[in-house]
Amino acid sequence: VATPESVPRTERTRLAVAGARAVTESMFVAPRDRSRNTMFLALLLFGLGIALTGLVAIFVWTLIEAWPRLDLDLFTNGPSTLRPETAGFHTAILGSLYIIAGVIALIVPLGVGAAVYLEEFADKTRWWNRLIEVNIQNLAAVPSIVFGILGLGFIVRGPVSIGFVPAAASLTIALLVLPTVILAAREAIRAVPPSIREGALALGATQWRAISRQVLPAATPGILTGVILAVSRAIGEAAPLLLVGAVTFATFDPSYFESGYTTLPTLVYNYSTRPQEELRTLAAAGAILILVFVLVMNSFAIWLRNRFEQRW
Amino acid sequence: MTVSDIAVSRAGAEVRRSLEAASPRYGEKAIKAFLFFCAALSVATTTAIVLSLLLPAISFFQEVPIVDFLTGTRWAPNFADAHFGALPILVGSMMIVGFALAVGIPVGLASAIYLSEYAPQRVRKFVKPALEMLAGIPTVAIGLFGFAFLIPLAQDELPFLPWEGTFSSAVAGVAVGLLIVPLIASVSDDAMRAVPHGLREGAYALGASKLKVSLRVVFPAAISGVVASIVLGMSRAVGETMVVLMMAGAGTRDLTFNPWGSVQTITAYIGSTATGDIATGTIQYDSIFAAGALLFVITFSVNMVAIRLARRFREAYE
Repeated sequence: VATPESVPRTERTRLAVAGARAVTESMFVAPRDRSRNTMFLALLLFGLGIALTGLVAIFVWTLIEAWPRLDLDLFTNGPSTLRPETAGFHTAILGSLYIIAGVIALIVPLGVGAAVYLEEFADKTRWWNRLIEVNIQNLAAVPSIVFGILGLGFIVRGPVSIGFVPAAASLTIALLVLPTVILAAREAIRAVPPSIREGALALGATQWRAISRQVLPAATPGILTGVILAVSRAIGEAAPLLLVGAVTFATFDPSYFESGYTTLPTLVYNYSTRPQEELRTLAAAGAILILVFVLVMNSFAIWLRNRFEQRW
Repeated sequence: MTVSDIAVSRAGAEVRRSLEAASPRYGEKAIKAFLFFCAALSVATTTAIVLSLLLPAISFFQEVPIVDFLTGTRWAPNFADAHFGALPILVGSMMIVGFALAVGIPVGLASAIYLSEYAPQRVRKFVKPALEMLAGIPTVAIGLFGFAFLIPLAQDELPFLPWEGTFSSAVAGVAVGLLIVPLIASVSDDAMRAVPHGLREGAYALGASKLKVSLRVVFPAAISGVVASIVLGMSRAVGETMVVLMMAGAGTRDLTFNPWGSVQTITAYIGSTATGDIATGTIQYDSIFAAGALLFVITFSVNMVAIRLARRFREAYE
């Protein structure tokens, strides 16, 4: 017997259901109910409208506010409160790029490694594997500022003690986004059908060979999407950076293992707390830089997902 | 088995009876060990978080009794006459969560019901990524928008309210609410789409209208997922730092319920105090970790509830 789930919901069955529904509705549903239906739909659209208006308003307002300062000085000049009309984000952009480079170098091997272990090797009946799984889910929802405290108490000072340097920020942000990368990579690996690895194993490949030559290449688009979304989150994250030293008003180029650096989001925050009107404009211009970066990254991720989505 | 192995076994010498690989495969084992290390790192991270919160928090609670910390109504760690009652910042966080949920639940659930029950495929294809985009907006950008646009706008449009200064916890809560809408919408949408179509079609066949099907059939069937989404939104709102810091300020010391003025939250206190120039070993430094421990305990327990609920709805229909 075919269950409703086993029948593919093609466009035709959907149309048939909609038609049958319209007929039953016109015969049995009271007119009062029909007007209620319309009102309910209007309410739903109103709710969705608020969310979308908020999204558009943030982009439009920031763009209008930033417009007078969208120039090349943003990229070439360092921060300054004395000459706000020519100050820029040169050192902050460099700081953010340094940190992001470190984050990518850390999350790709660690995130994919953890995902491969959980999907391909872990025996789910063992308590430690279940602990790891629940733990990753929980870490994904720990507030970012708590990771900042971890960075301050464990990486900047404490056991690791590397000081207020960009490397500490890289480590902190990498730990913060790692759970999301692991979850995305697991989804991608799970979507590769078992027949592919079984085929490889049957031909005499070792388990690691089957994974590295067959499973991982097939899962690459999904993993890449997760990594890109993680990077896009990492670039805008400000709260943990406040705790690991990124608030310095750095006017010189950062160095990866020396203290005294700033980043785009923390400098935007710093400017926005000051009373001068020009600095607020400058903060909006910095926010535009981050927004454009995030927008490009997210669009790329969506494109990647649609372009390489495989149906097996 | 190599060729020579086969030749030997053919010749009637010792036959290999094991399916184990001929070589011990040390490389394979090393790789597996590395992969396990990657996965175990997450547990190490949690342990490190707990340790880095606990050790300074213990030395903090040796000087400030835990009862005073949880019931005191004055939070002034950086003053000569220092007070360490966490109630004001706890209440501040709860106020933000309250306003955020008041916006986030109706807007998020309306979006979710529309997306899962009403939206045509074409609209869905455009709205889903738009909501994901909203989720991806950096919080500093939302904070700046809220501080420089939303609060002045609210003050101009509603001049009869007793506004105080340039901060407002109510408007900050609304901005945080906007922030958690995508989270609530996408988790609830997933839960409602997991409800089998047979349930909907059965209700339609009995003459139910679309409103009845959405509210009386699909919504109750997906309730644990919907509650999980709200709980997750709550935990996100408690932990939100930049929006709250920029829109609600971080200076208030005493217990206040004023939605039209500044209020200090746990996260805003941590974010504004721990900016690097504070000396280690002082009680002010330790108070950051005590506040962090409080925040971690709240979000950790809330998250556990959400994970439990989300698992339950997944088991029901897959």
